Formats: sequence, C-alpha cells, structure tokens
Amino acid sequence: MLKVEHLTKMFGGLAAVNDVSVDFEAGKINAIIGPNGAGKSTFFNLISGLHQPTSGRILLDGTDVTNMPSDKVARLGVGRTFQTTNLFEQASVLDNLIVGHRLRTKSGLWDVLINSKRLQREEKAARDKAMEALDFVGLTHVAGQFIADITQEERKRVAFALALATDPKIVLLDEPAAGVNPEETQGFAELMRKMVDNGLTVCLIEHKMDMIMSLADKIMVLDHGEKIAEGTPEEVRNNPVVIEAYLGGDEDAAA
Amino acid sequence: MLFKLGSFFMKPGAKMALLALAIVFPALASNEYQVYVMASAFVWAIAVYGLNIITGYCGQLNLAHGGFFAIGAYTLGLLTSDAGWSFWPAFVAALLVTAVLGFLVGVVSLRLKEHYFAIFTLCVGFIIYLLMDKWEELTHGPVGVRDIAAPYGFGVVDFTETTPFYYLVLAFLVFSIWFMGRLSRSLLGRTFIAIRNGDELAQSLGINLMRNKVLAFVLSTTYAGLAGALYAGMVRFIGPEEANIIHTFDMITYLLVGGIGTLTGPLLGTISIVWITQSLQFLEEYRMILFGPLLVVLVIFFPRGITGQFLTWMHHKAQTLSPAKKEKASKVQTATSGEVKNNA
Repeated sequence: MLKVEHLTKMFGGLAAVNDVSVDFEAGKINAIIGPNGAGKSTFFNLISGLHQPTSGRILLDGTDVTNMPSDKVARLGVGRTFQTTNLFEQASVLDNLIVGHRLRTKSGLWDVLINSKRLQREEKAARDKAMEALDFVGLTHVAGQFIADITQEERKRVAFALALATDPKIVLLDEPAAGVNPEETQGFAELMRKMVDNGLTVCLIEHKMDMIMSLADKIMVLDHGEKIAEGTPEEVRNNPVVIEAYLGGDEDAAA
Repeated sequence: MLFKLGSFFMKPGAKMALLALAIVFPALASNEYQVYVMASAFVWAIAVYGLNIITGYCGQLNLAHGGFFAIGAYTLGLLTSDAGWSFWPAFVAALLVTAVLGFLVGVVSLRLKEHYFAIFTLCVGFIIYLLMDKWEELTHGPVGVRDIAAPYGFGVVDFTETTPFYYLVLAFLVFSIWFMGRLSRSLLGRTFIAIRNGDELAQSLGINLMRNKVLAFVLSTTYAGLAGALYAGMVRFIGPEEANIIHTFDMITYLLVGGIGTLTGPLLGTISIVWITQSLQFLEEYRMILFGPLLVVLVIFFPRGITGQFLTWMHHKAQTLSPAKKEKASKVQTATSGEVKNNA
C-alpha cells in the first residue's frame, strides 16, 4: 500500500527523519510511536507532501509520490488529520465539511458565473459526501451547529470526517486521541476499527500505549529520527531497544 | 421579538426591499449632493467587496488594494484624456489591465505568507503611488489627469448628471454583490475559506494553494479596477493621491466594521462609515479620535463585524428556540439553524 524506502529529512544539520524504510499494508492499522521529538510528525509531513524529503523514496500503490506537492498526494488518496485543526468557527459543522470533497470536483470560476449544471451536480455530491462522512463518525446530530459550539471530542471527529470526505485510500492520523478522556479514547479506537472494516488503511501517531497495544496490527518505533523497532504490539512490547528508548534502560520497570 | 425582526432581514424579500430603497433614494434625498455621496459610497463598496474576496474569504491581507483601485482609475483616465478613447472601451481596458497586473503581482506576492504578504503588498501599493507621482511622461505626475470622459449613455441617458450616474453605479454594485453571493456559496468560495482556515489543512484536502490564491487575488483586483474606473468617470479628475495607502486602510475599516468575510458586511460598513464621516465633517481630522477607539473595541468584541455578530446571534437564538418548541415532540432537531444559514 504505502512503501517508504530510506527516507531522510535534514533540517540544517539535524536529521529529523533518518533512513527510515517501512511498508504499511493495506487494510491494517499501522501505528507510529516514539518519544517526543522522534520525528513522527515530520514523517507524516513527508508522506503527505507538506515537506520534501532530502533523500529516499515514497511509493503509494507503486506510484512514486516522493516529490509530489501535497495537494496532488491528497488527490491520489492520502487523507490526513493534524494535531490541531483550524476550522471556520462561525459556520456549521456541515458547511465546514463540504469543501472536503472539493478535490474530486472540477467547477471553476465560469461555472460559478453561469451556475452551471456541473457546479450544481458537484455541490450536491460534495454535500452528500459531507453528510456521509458525518454519519460515519457519528455526528449527524450536530450537523447544523457552529464549530465554536461543539465539544473537543466532536471537533476531533469533525477532523476525521473532513479527511474522510476526500475519499482517501489511506488516512494519516496525527495523535487522534490526544486530549480526550479514556472513554472517548475508546470511541476513537472503535472509529478507526470501523475505518479499516470499510476498506481504508489507517496510519496513526499516538502516545496512548494502552490504545495502541490493543488496536494496532503493526507498530513502528521511531527514536531520534531513526526506526529502532517494528512489529506486532507483542514484539514491540518485549523489544529491549524500545524499552530502553522509553524508559532509559530499566527493563524491569516495563514488565 | 428581536429575533423575528432579525429573521426578516434574512428573507429574500429584505434584499428586494433594500434594492427598492436604493432605487427611490434619489427621490428621497433632499439635495443632489446626497445622491453624489451615496454614489461614491457605492463605488467604494464595490472596491471593498473586492478586498473581501482576497482578505475576507481567502484570508490574505492585501494592502495594495487601493493601488489597484488607482490603476483602474488611471487606466480609464489616461485612455480617455490622452489617448482619446471613448468611455466604454477604456472601461473594459481598465478591467483587463487591473486583472492582468493583479495576476502578475499575485503570482509573485502570494509566494509569501501572512504578514510577509501584507508587508510586500504594502510596498507594492507604495510603488504604484510613486509611479503615478513620479512618472510624469505617462501620468502627468502630481498634476493628475484631467478631462476624463464621462460614460456615454448611447443617446438615452446623460451620465454627466448625478442621478443617472448614481443608477449606473447602483447597477454595477448590484452585479458585484450578486456575483459575490454566488461565489461565496459555491465550492470555489468554500475553497477560499478553506485556505483562510490554514494553508496546510487546505493542501491536505487537495487544494492547490497558488492557483486558488491567485484566482482570488485577480478577482479582487478586478473589483478594485471596476470601482476605480467608475470613480474616474464620476469625479473626472484624478491624481496620485488616489493611490494613497489611506484609501486601503479606509477600505479595511469599512470591511471590519461591516463584517469581514460576510456578504452584507462590505455594503453595510461602507455606507454607514461614509455617512458617519459626512456628518462629522465639522470635526475634520479629529473624527479619528472617535473612529480609532471604536475600531479597537469592535475588533476585540466583534471580530466579524456587525454582520458576523448578527449572524452568530441569530444562529444561537434559533438554536435555543428550536429545541424549546420541539422538546415535546422529539429531541435533537437542528433544522431551523440549517434554514437560517441557507438564507444568510
């Protein structure tokens, strides 16, 4: 699905991501973990095209997307969320989501001027898609509310819906469960499961270990920009290198 | 009670009532000067609608807007006075020139983000002023451009008269607002708003930043050019002062007061401030003592201006009213808020 080969990103003399190779399989939940500053978000930015890598290759279903601008990467089916999502606070949830499907539409200025059939058709499609995404994340009941009036957890779900409205094949979720309580965390885990059940590939960065260990099919561990381990939750949990990176070498403490 | 009054303003009928009021205004005005002031307010409103596209919807603070207004005015002025063109061809040329220059400036300046973009366009605006002031062979320098043609009315109307000119400007204003309304509701308008929310998020939604920002910029400069050309046809004498940065800041004030990023805001802000300014003429420059603090208070407490505040208030009112009514029948219904939004 997503194949990354020897990916490196230098910021000045510092390697934020250093020679990372990994293969994310389709229809799986792939997690990236690591201490703060390990280069996880940079890794996402490289895949989604917001940053251009210094060296290495990124292949999406066999297509080389290494130096592609992010809007093109998105059109090829890479959706993503950010740690914080700025939305139009004084507009309804639904209004904020309609633009999510914009990348699958073609209407331009001329269509606006003459209110073309194509524009009308595409606007309906975008609205339907937004409703569909909203239904998927379970927020139909707040469709008409302003973003400013919904809860933190609902905002996070709206960010999911926005990514889903782009019709992605793979979604990159940057700390989806940060800042929500344990019960809501469980809700997000179920939502990610549901995404995979619907044929999506999920790739997430997360710090909540309980969630990751029970949810992920595969975990990659980054530390100081380098991949230090990879495998199933069980393998990663018992990997001494990982334990050292997290706990400073005290193996007993991890047990 | 207030809510009912508010919902009236959101009905399509309110627009028609407003238009009818604008049409009968010359008959209601006590003298020709008032009609003239209103016509000039309409001209500025068109320019402010342009600023609203790039700054209000697309989120890029363009401080060269007054400069493009002046370019529109100068293109029309120089073509009709020095080159001897008649009004309407020169008018079309003014639109094309501001669109093309807008494209060229946009392609370069929009590579910059946020305040860097604002500072760059501030400089562009000043360069435009300097060109008009110093390039005497072309622009006549500080002397300005005289003998600008008035629009000819094809033998039907005489646009050198104030009242016919008022209707001409009104027609362009109505078209400008109509197009803005259509744009703001369309997928393209939503694309601009997505860019305002954040470059990175917009890109991750597959939006080509440069193409859409340049499009918004060109639209806004064309609006400015349209307003500038009408202005030149109205006052018939222009100078480098038309490109003064003051005009850009005036327009930003109109936009902030009326409601940035809203459809009614530019009209409301421009007309109210122009008339308040008129009625405070006796205070001369000291009226800024009044405007300054007013603007500060407004930006702090009503960041989306009068219109934005009104829409938010209406939305919340509709939300608190609708569950109260429907509580007995069923829970969770937000249909009313949806309707309010659609009419806005």
